[in-house]
Amino acid sequence: MNRILLALAALALFVAPASAELVLIRGGKIVTNTPQGILEADVLLRDDRVVTVGRDLPSSGATVIEAQGRWVTPGVFAAMSHIGLSDISGSGAPNDATVSGALVSAAADVARAFNPSAASIAVTRMEGVTRAAIAPESSGSMFDGRGALVVLDGRTEAVFAPRAFQVARMGEEGADRTGGSRAALWPAFEAALADARSYPARYVSGRGGAVLGELDAAALKPFAEGQGLLLIHTDRASDIREALRFKAANPKMRMAIYGAAEGWLVARELAAAGVAVIVDPLANLPARLETLAARLDNAALLHAAGVKVAIAPGPDRVDGNQARLAPQLAGNAVAHGMPWDAAFAAISRVPAEIFGVDQRVGALAPGRLADVVIWDGDPLDVRSAPVAVFIEGRQTPLVSRQTALRDRYNPARR
Amino acid sequence: MQISLVSVCVGLLALGAGGCATTSGAVAADESPSAAPPNRDAQPFASTYVAPPAPTVLIRDASVLDGEGREYKNADLLIRDGKIAALGGSVATPPGAIEIDGRGKFVTPGIIDAHSHLGVSASPTFSGTSNVNERTQPNTAEVWAEHSVWTMDPGFSRAVAGGVTALHILPGSSNLFGGRGVTLRPVLGAVTVQDMKFPDAPHSLKMACGENPARAYGGRNTSPATGMGNFAGYRAAWAEAVEYGRKWDAYAKKLNKYEKGDRKGDKPTPPDRDLEMETLKGVLDGEILVQWHCYRAHEMALALDVAREFDFKISAFHHAVESYKLADRLAAADVCSAMWADWWGFKLEAYDSIRENIPFVHAAGACAIVHSDDKFGIQRLNQEAAKAWSDGQRAGLDISRGEVWTWLSLNPAKALGIADRTGSLTIGKAGDVVIWSGDPLSTYAVAEQVFIDGALTFDRAAPGAAPSDFELGHDHTALSR
Repeated sequence: MNRILLALAALALFVAPASAELVLIRGGKIVTNTPQGILEADVLLRDDRVVTVGRDLPSSGATVIEAQGRWVTPGVFAAMSHIGLSDISGSGAPNDATVSGALVSAAADVARAFNPSAASIAVTRMEGVTRAAIAPESSGSMFDGRGALVVLDGRTEAVFAPRAFQVARMGEEGADRTGGSRAALWPAFEAALADARSYPARYVSGRGGAVLGELDAAALKPFAEGQGLLLIHTDRASDIREALRFKAANPKMRMAIYGAAEGWLVARELAAAGVAVIVDPLANLPARLETLAARLDNAALLHAAGVKVAIAPGPDRVDGNQARLAPQLAGNAVAHGMPWDAAFAAISRVPAEIFGVDQRVGALAPGRLADVVIWDGDPLDVRSAPVAVFIEGRQTPLVSRQTALRDRYNPARR
Repeated sequence: MQISLVSVCVGLLALGAGGCATTSGAVAADESPSAAPPNRDAQPFASTYVAPPAPTVLIRDASVLDGEGREYKNADLLIRDGKIAALGGSVATPPGAIEIDGRGKFVTPGIIDAHSHLGVSASPTFSGTSNVNERTQPNTAEVWAEHSVWTMDPGFSRAVAGGVTALHILPGSSNLFGGRGVTLRPVLGAVTVQDMKFPDAPHSLKMACGENPARAYGGRNTSPATGMGNFAGYRAAWAEAVEYGRKWDAYAKKLNKYEKGDRKGDKPTPPDRDLEMETLKGVLDGEILVQWHCYRAHEMALALDVAREFDFKISAFHHAVESYKLADRLAAADVCSAMWADWWGFKLEAYDSIRENIPFVHAAGACAIVHSDDKFGIQRLNQEAAKAWSDGQRAGLDISRGEVWTWLSLNPAKALGIADRTGSLTIGKAGDVVIWSGDPLSTYAVAEQVFIDGALTFDRAAPGAAPSDFELGHDHTALSR
């Protein structure tokens, strides 16, 4: 009983503000992520929403936070992560980001695995990351499974868009799991989509799927019918072209590319097809033969060609602990030619657009959820850190088990 | 940590290796052979590195971090004959010098990465090409990382573009004793590893604490399976190495007597060579530096006791995510910590990582190093230092920008035994210099020019063809850096 009361009391600290709470962030350098650009202005929040951005907004009835010229931005949106799927990714510890065996592939559903209390949530949030796209990784199928969108404020119902996307590996790894060849991969992929579209009839009739079991066909169905995003995980230019040919033949399909290390070689085709990419600006090595043309200015070149670019750690580097480094990735894209506004949008507004939630988050504009970060410097500079993080209007504490350890051992406090 | 050529040659002679094949040559005639231990050999696979011709270069009016902890404004730096020749307010232009306008730029010593697997864990990676772990028995002190180095690893050119002028290549951490590490110059396009070896740099011995060896062997029903097994394995090997050393000492005594004319009996025969023990004996003799992969504080404390028991020195703990918990003791023991800025949680022993580890270690007066252990991280170690520095500032530690650079150059040079030749912009040291487009603790700064031994090795304005043979001839590679 006491334990329950204590737990409730602890929760209350985080759920604090009463309804109709007004917060005025005054005098900041506001990154709106809208056509307004960056403004010297104020931001007014009411409850969980942004009311408006403008100069000399009225402060009556509002809790005023003086930004003192600091950068104020929408929360960072991790466009690809395993956050909340493990506490410790190695050491044989349980890791819900990885699915093995043949029982479940496309049906894997990370929304069912996300742990809003994982230590990484607070570690990540205090660095300004407020939302994340999370995905499973399969070791047995071309389909990784269904990804979800999560909010990182620790609430129990943190998955705000379950089953938002399906990941398909359409490169070396996918081929490895599908007869060892891309020649088998694409026909198998198309057959899987056909299985999904004909679910349940085909399975009820007893014929079964050509490649998918019933469970996976059911899970894949909405994505095969254009109701969810197919995230094609691929890097080689020719594989991206193949994906674009597939898209042209299936115009109703919603598709984005994750990886795209050689995307710059097909930038114009991507732009013409209106297919967005999630790229890693640090991926400049031929880590695999399918990334021979990887280069540091990939993000800049794609952006310049008119491709919608989001930034996240690439397939070789994505994990559950370091989603907080998204601003460093974006900063490096700037160092190699990407305009600052586009690079910041690539870790905030563009992921929201790719996953179809940009009417809710990703910008500081009237009616958007109030995910707001105030920084002590340029948010894309590695030396900067948040001084305040709001998620849906509530200020979150800038503490984690790392800061608890820091405070225990800090020589400056002895 | 200069290895005396004389003793090296004598050592080889004692082994009947057929003379001393160095250019400097002569063994002093009156020097009595001392049966030097056979492991005193930077000699097999000796460095054939030759510094390229270097023009005289004068960088004018730059902000300079000298690597010793100081920062200069509007300073001039002269590199002549491949070495740092002057640093100060206004250096006169020597005839023929190339002048570089340093206004708005920052100049630093080259970054030295104390922990890299470039060449041994090269790009691209296939399941069959990893060359980093000789995961066949827990003690493989006899293997040398340099024998695994693929010099055409495209990672080398990326590292130089990040301002790296020397790097230490280590075997992996599957084994208690992983083998010898080697310090390289990132010589782009080098055909042989000997062409990359930093002349006269000491070898290291890679050791590993914790999860990795216990995981690698426990599953095979072979010791070690636990921390207990790890430490039993270390101690058994060091005890054996002490015995091995005694055999050689006894032999040396007998030989010395014999050579001095005490010829009762036959000329003594040397003990059998044991390549594994040679490496450990090299450590006990102070010629090979221990680089010990160790994450956790309690294991570092135990490792310090092992070193005390067997009377050797630990040069640096690597990864060392819990160094902040015993930084005072590391300072007292004069052991460096080579650390990441913020890697954490990828295994249990990295769970207590904090962002302030590096500045906390520095604040305790211990030797702090920013290392990469990563083909991407090595390209921007300056940013890793910047993160650690800013987190230290926020925790209340006032560390200057000049001091921060010691984590990237002088301290790693010290841990690798090359601080007498590089690691800072000290007159007479190697002309290992980076010109940055701006403050190198900013994300936006890039290395514009990188000089190694005074020779321009990387020029962002004129990248040229890919130096790796592997990358040559792909139609996009000329643009891909």
